[in-house]
Amino acid sequence: MKTTSRLLHFLRPFSHWVALSTLLGAATIASSIGLLGTSAFLIARSALHPSIADLQVAIVGVRFFGISRALLRYLERLTSHATNFRLLAQLRVWFYRAIEPLAPAQLLDQHSGDLLNRAISDIETLENFYVRAVAPPLTALIVTCGLAAYVGQFSLRLSGVLVGGLLLSGIAVPLLTHKLSQRPGQAWGEAQSNLSSAWLDLLQGLPDLLLFEQASSALERVRQANRRSLFAQQRLVWTGAISNALNTLLTNLTLLIVLLIAIPLVSHGSLDGILLAVLTLITLAGFEAVTPLATAAQFWQSSQAAATRLFEIADRPAVITEPAKPQPVPLDFHLSVRGLTFSYPNSNQPILKDICFDMPQGSHLALVGPSGCGKSTLLSLLLRFWDVPNDTIWLNEQDLRNFSPEELRNHITAALQPPYLFTATLRQNLLLGNPHASETQLWEALHTVALDDWANHLPDRLDTWLGEQGTAISGGEQQRIALARTLLRPSSVLLLDEPTANLDAETERILLQRLPAALTGRSVLWVTHRLTGLEAFDTILVLDQGVIVERGTHTSLLANNGLYARMFTIQRNLLAQTMLQSS
Amino acid sequence: MNFDKRLLRQALTARLTLATTIAMGLLGAVAIIFQARQVSTIVARVFLERQTLLEIRPLLFGLLGWIVLRSLATLLSDAAAGATALRIKQALRQQLADKIIALGPAYLRSQPNGSADLISIAIQGIDALEAYFSQFLPQLALAALIPVTMLFVIIPLDPLTGLVLALTAPLLPLFLWLVGSASAVVTRRQWTALSRMNAFFLDTLQGLTTLKTLGRSRTHDQRIATISERYRQATMSVLRVTFLSALVLELVGTISTAIVAVEVSLRLLAGRIAFEQAFFLLILAPEFYWPLRQVGLRFHAASTGVAAAQKLFAVLQTEETSPASSTQPAPIMLAAPQRIRFEHVSYTYPNRPLAALQDISFELRAGQLTALIGPSGSGKTTLAWLLLRFLSPTQGEIRIDDQRLSELPLSAWRRQLAWVSQRPHLLRGSLAENLRLAHPGATEAQLWHALRAAHLDQWVTSQPLKLDTLIGEGGASLSSGQIQRLALARAFLRPANLLLLDEPTAHIDPMEEALLEQSTRNLLNSGKTCLVIAHRLPTIQRADWLIVLQAGQIVEQGRPADLQNGVYARLWQAYQGETH
Repeated sequence: MKTTSRLLHFLRPFSHWVALSTLLGAATIASSIGLLGTSAFLIARSALHPSIADLQVAIVGVRFFGISRALLRYLERLTSHATNFRLLAQLRVWFYRAIEPLAPAQLLDQHSGDLLNRAISDIETLENFYVRAVAPPLTALIVTCGLAAYVGQFSLRLSGVLVGGLLLSGIAVPLLTHKLSQRPGQAWGEAQSNLSSAWLDLLQGLPDLLLFEQASSALERVRQANRRSLFAQQRLVWTGAISNALNTLLTNLTLLIVLLIAIPLVSHGSLDGILLAVLTLITLAGFEAVTPLATAAQFWQSSQAAATRLFEIADRPAVITEPAKPQPVPLDFHLSVRGLTFSYPNSNQPILKDICFDMPQGSHLALVGPSGCGKSTLLSLLLRFWDVPNDTIWLNEQDLRNFSPEELRNHITAALQPPYLFTATLRQNLLLGNPHASETQLWEALHTVALDDWANHLPDRLDTWLGEQGTAISGGEQQRIALARTLLRPSSVLLLDEPTANLDAETERILLQRLPAALTGRSVLWVTHRLTGLEAFDTILVLDQGVIVERGTHTSLLANNGLYARMFTIQRNLLAQTMLQSS
Repeated sequence: MNFDKRLLRQALTARLTLATTIAMGLLGAVAIIFQARQVSTIVARVFLERQTLLEIRPLLFGLLGWIVLRSLATLLSDAAAGATALRIKQALRQQLADKIIALGPAYLRSQPNGSADLISIAIQGIDALEAYFSQFLPQLALAALIPVTMLFVIIPLDPLTGLVLALTAPLLPLFLWLVGSASAVVTRRQWTALSRMNAFFLDTLQGLTTLKTLGRSRTHDQRIATISERYRQATMSVLRVTFLSALVLELVGTISTAIVAVEVSLRLLAGRIAFEQAFFLLILAPEFYWPLRQVGLRFHAASTGVAAAQKLFAVLQTEETSPASSTQPAPIMLAAPQRIRFEHVSYTYPNRPLAALQDISFELRAGQLTALIGPSGSGKTTLAWLLLRFLSPTQGEIRIDDQRLSELPLSAWRRQLAWVSQRPHLLRGSLAENLRLAHPGATEAQLWHALRAAHLDQWVTSQPLKLDTLIGEGGASLSSGQIQRLALARAFLRPANLLLLDEPTAHIDPMEEALLEQSTRNLLNSGKTCLVIAHRLPTIQRADWLIVLQAGQIVEQGRPADLQNGVYARLWQAYQGETH
């Protein structure tokens, strides 16, 4: 109930649009009732052979309703869709504002991609919320009241029967359908996911299955999953058929009862015979108002589920507590980490244990270690994506928690993994780093990442559109564009996560040559598992399972013969491939 | 385009239920006609002849009968329509699965998006056909049959009304076609706009962290508002046109009803028609247009299905190029092959200009380790697939102890092979099931032995269900290194003489790397004939024979120690140089 009222709350700014489209919807159905009612009146009246002048009004009425219905429907559709789009725009902005403070900490809890994709499809589900879930019941309500009032003039019993029939067909049948389809619907959902995993096994396991001569058993699994899915669907088909047949039955039974009640009234002379004809046809026409309610109930339910999930995400508390009185961020940056131990909320397994290091302004640090050792976690802590314990990260002898995270991120910037490019032009992507960057600065940044030649050969150079999420370009190019974008940002500290991943040996070498010039004066934390070009770094921290196990320069670490040296050997062994590629 | 012959042929396979749907639809229409007649008679007798309830009671019972019949017809028609669609869907899924097995891995590999597209064809694509078979197709038949049936009743009764209806009925499909073809373009544009709006929003949400690191996230909500507003305006201007088709459909229906009402009442006034007939025509007029309007409404849903069907039939009609298992009687091979020889083998993928492999000749000897190296795209996997007989050479011959590989019975040959691919797929099921794929008759002891050799026994012991642990989609998650070692365990288990191994390219975690290295070494030392697509120097050093492949050709081969002045030697020198 709470979800519903919250959802409906979004409609408030457009209540006049809602009123207009509901009225138009009711007027549309009133028109078809009017068309059949006046037609019945016209014919019945004619049967009594009056003068033609007596019929003029009815004839005009028939003509009017003959045209108005279609026109009103057209207008109703336009206004209701317009209302819907306004609602949707509002929902998008609201959702964005709600999750902006949560990113990324509160959005990464399960499968990061999943959550957002689901949110998008939930918002898409709400695409039809107004048109198909909210408007039809409102319209049906108005039409039912109108009909009840009109018929009530002649007989309250008739009016009661008509309303009863409409309610049964509009409310009881959808409820029954919902109840009947709940279990098979669930079974169908399960069967579908079974079916897709059977297909996944067949397609992705095909070479193994063929070789092991097990293709027929995989085929049998697909066949079984298929059969189960169809069995569940069969029951849904019957549910749909039953609901449809019940509506037909209810509509016509209502007609029968109306006749049963009205005929004696005509016989007693308390109801004009002409009205019998009129009542017959308007009864049939009135049911048009409740026909869309069955689908409305389904849409209502799926919207409810979608909204519940969206609200659940939006209602999550922010992980960062902003300081009441934020300190001004100094220009000269001396970062130090002292005794930092961190575990994610809901886990007692520390990801980082007793981390200590210093990062004076202008120093270049490298952080290396096997995948999953906690490197990326450390970066997100420095970026204030997660909250850290008091007095563990310091900026110029002040706890980092005393600064506004937003303000801080104007001074600490990062290129994280995986690189993310927006579906926009190359220039727009770069300008995100620094909206005021000049043309020369853009090209300089591209030169540093060895993309200037590449960009020069693009069809529209800087204004070339980078396909869907930048996929039209290679992984290495994406990586380097993201790096250039970060370099453009006038920040004191740069956090670079695997900046040379996805690059071939030659490009990596060029990059390692050109980067130092772009990085002078700025502090750099370079996170990598590729042990190349680390000779130039002031300090290398070796992280293993959340603990700094070694620290020193490249030479001293090799001499140490520890984890660093071991990783170095493994990488050399794997070099076979990269050497061949470039030879 | 909604009348694809291939779809109609499918419909014939479910002709019984399809015919039931149409027959029941028609029966429903007949019930409607009789119900209309019953109602008009009742109203006429009460209104004009002043009959009482008692007098017309039999007529009311008759009306009840028609109502029940009509509802039953609706029930059966809908149920049969659903059954038609389900039956066809099941048959199509089965055909697709059979076809994919027949096309083999080579076909999957040639797909730009891998198996993702095929899965969506198999699941959503085939589901999208439901509306076509359960709604559009039967409704189309009924849209032709019902109005004609009604005209048969109406024309003898009142030729003028019959004429009005008969003349206006064709207008509906005509207008529908005219507006439809104009709005199809517009509709497509609207869908593109919609998907672009959603893509933009998804893009923004997915890039939110990036926006944040660049300090741009707070102000981005205005952009969302602007773009949403622009999208609303664009879409609304499109909808203004799209909704016209519905407007025209409704207009024809309602205006014709109005014309019938006025025309009939005027003749009634002149005494040329009886009230009972006139009222009957009025009740029937909207029902006359109803099936035609329904087709119009379902046209769009059907189009989505047809679009999906195009992709489906494209797969079903792909020519099978992969080798079918030879049916010629050939000696069943029992002994381990001693020599496997490639003789001037070339292979070109269908629809590709360049050969993937060209003039390849070499020999694998029993018990020896042959390593294959070369940059990605040089034809290493194609070579392995020729040996696995997922492909057959376009030129040249592969001989197994002087017998042609193509003449050996497929299953007898494949029983000789064990194969570890770079990215093995875990089937949804238990660990034991996944292992027994390689050797269905393996005992539990044999499974544990294989797991030990692949250094997976500790992990399996730590799982509560041990060998019954569920893996694959929805099961326990294994790291990529563990999946790789599970595939190695399969190879240990398989009683095969020839081992094909595609070494994974990257495992940088030192622990994982060490385990993988040891397991691989165990396998290579097991005395089987081995062909390894190698990515690690230790493996290459251990090889008895080395083949260097570049752009589909062998650039050098020999014992590693003998390859002094080539690609391999340069590689080796570079390695030595960088370590010291």
